[in-house]
Amino acid sequence: MVETAQKTKGRLLEVEGLKKHFPIKQGVLGRAVGNVYAVDGISFYINDGETLGMVGESGCGKSTAGKTILKLIEPTAGKIMMEGSDLAPMNKAAMRPFRREMQMIFQDPYSSLNPRMSIGNIVGEPLVIHGIAKGKEKVERTTKLLEKVGILPEKMDSFPHEFSGGQRQRISIARALALNPKLIICDEPVSALDVSIQAQVLNLMMDLQQDLGLTYLFIAHDLAVVEHISHRVAVMYLGKIVELTDKKTLFKNPLHPYTEALLSAVPIPNPSLKRGKRIILKGDVPSPINPPSGCHFHTRCPYVMDRCKTEVPPFKEVEPGHWASCHLR
Amino acid sequence: MTETGALGEQIHSQSLWHTLGIEQAWEFCKRKPLGAIGAFIMIVMVVLALLADFVTAIDPVTTNADKTLQAPNSVYWMGTDYLGRDIYSRIIFGTRISLTVGILATLFGGLSGLAIGLVSGYMLGWMDLVVQRFMDVFQALPRLVLALVMSAALGPSIQNVVIAIAVPLIPIIARVVRSSTLAVRELPFVEAARAAGMAEWRIALIHVLPNTLAPFIVLVTAQLGAAILVEASLSFLGLGVPEPHPSWGRMLSESAAEYAQQAPWLVIFPGLAISAAVFGTNLLGDALRDELDPRLKQ
Repeated sequence: MVETAQKTKGRLLEVEGLKKHFPIKQGVLGRAVGNVYAVDGISFYINDGETLGMVGESGCGKSTAGKTILKLIEPTAGKIMMEGSDLAPMNKAAMRPFRREMQMIFQDPYSSLNPRMSIGNIVGEPLVIHGIAKGKEKVERTTKLLEKVGILPEKMDSFPHEFSGGQRQRISIARALALNPKLIICDEPVSALDVSIQAQVLNLMMDLQQDLGLTYLFIAHDLAVVEHISHRVAVMYLGKIVELTDKKTLFKNPLHPYTEALLSAVPIPNPSLKRGKRIILKGDVPSPINPPSGCHFHTRCPYVMDRCKTEVPPFKEVEPGHWASCHLR
Repeated sequence: MTETGALGEQIHSQSLWHTLGIEQAWEFCKRKPLGAIGAFIMIVMVVLALLADFVTAIDPVTTNADKTLQAPNSVYWMGTDYLGRDIYSRIIFGTRISLTVGILATLFGGLSGLAIGLVSGYMLGWMDLVVQRFMDVFQALPRLVLALVMSAALGPSIQNVVIAIAVPLIPIIARVVRSSTLAVRELPFVEAARAAGMAEWRIALIHVLPNTLAPFIVLVTAQLGAAILVEASLSFLGLGVPEPHPSWGRMLSESAAEYAQQAPWLVIFPGLAISAAVFGTNLLGDALRDELDPRLKQ
């Protein structure tokens, strides 16, 4: 799969300097007294048919990044190039054709399906919205979609509460597939599921990728999950991507101290195996309202130098295909 | 045979009982016995209201000076009032007035409140701010006082009574609908609809509205009882349904003070009628809420 992704080098999505700052409003007049720098200038691309994993602690802005790319949240600055067109300045009407190209799967399988709609209607809804199919044709296509994700089509008239978490997540996937999108943004699609079900859903997603040539932006906080599904991985810290490279290199040769610390925190299933040096980060993630000067990570970095406190490290390609933003590299 | 073909055959093979809805009604009775009682009370009242001319023998507004304050007997089943009018006829004809006023006022107030609450809670921004301040003003006055002022200003007629009862209802409903709209609009399935490219007004109608209905239905049915009571209070103060239309509220109030001790049937029967209407709507409302929620249905 890695090979096929590399062969078709076409870039489906290219994000450049994407920023989302949420103003903090106070008082009756709603005066902005500050900003939450949720996403603070991230750049990356995703190739056609590839999975880009995006990891980071909670609150680092990875979900906001995903939603901003889909324009569910208006970006503050930056470019979102989807097949050569910039989505960032587009209004709702202009976005409409692109909605067919990109879909989203949400974290919570319990609240991402309308409890008052039958699953047939939930899955078929995008078809109706875009005027692709209705009535009998909609039922036919919904049947196929449900079969594809392993839900019995006879259950079409059932309601979401009659399904388990894993089944609901598969229904969400079927809905996301309804419009034959090219890109699916997965916002922690398995973190609410049992580990055994996680593997099921992940494998389904990988099979679908192979069959339909899907491209995923896979947001997660679980490195094991990301390692399983991704081709390349981006590590986010406090609104910025600190490291981005292919999966193998990242797990073998991390260049950023934050990635190093994250990897050292992954549990090893075999207790008799000796683990490498465990790096324990001091303190909490600083507030995105008032991020540290210079390198955002300098407050917790074990290798901090004077330079890190004043100078923002550039996000540079250290070796071919391996980006990192650290003064040490 | 294809999937749809099998489904079609199933529909054709359904019995006549099913098509007439009797099967479903029986299912409902078994599932929700209390709701069925409520529905039964309300159906009986509606039927009585419609057939009032046929189920009563004595004109409800004709006075009879010889037969004042008669206790219930074989001619006057529920007795007569201080003007010799038949209580039974007046109760039956009163059903017509009270139900019409109650249902129309709740419907009008409820639907306006629903629309205002949904729009205000979904759009937010300055719209919400302005609308909610208006609601504040309405709610600052006690409901009965507002109804009183309105019916006094508009003058006594059935139509004006409906308006006077409905308007104070709007802020109550709008507040509740707005608060549940605020909660629902942030749920991921709304975001999913947006990601699929659905227009905002359709999201509001298809995804948000149905999920705000549970508290709405309970509130509205409770308010139907309250509307009947407000109508009674307005009539008591001479601002309700004008004479000679019989109204439960006025029957209760005009006799309560003076005759309650010597002729208790004057207050018992209208009181029972009001209680039954309130009881019936509440039972029906609770059952209706459960029925409309697929999660609570087996």
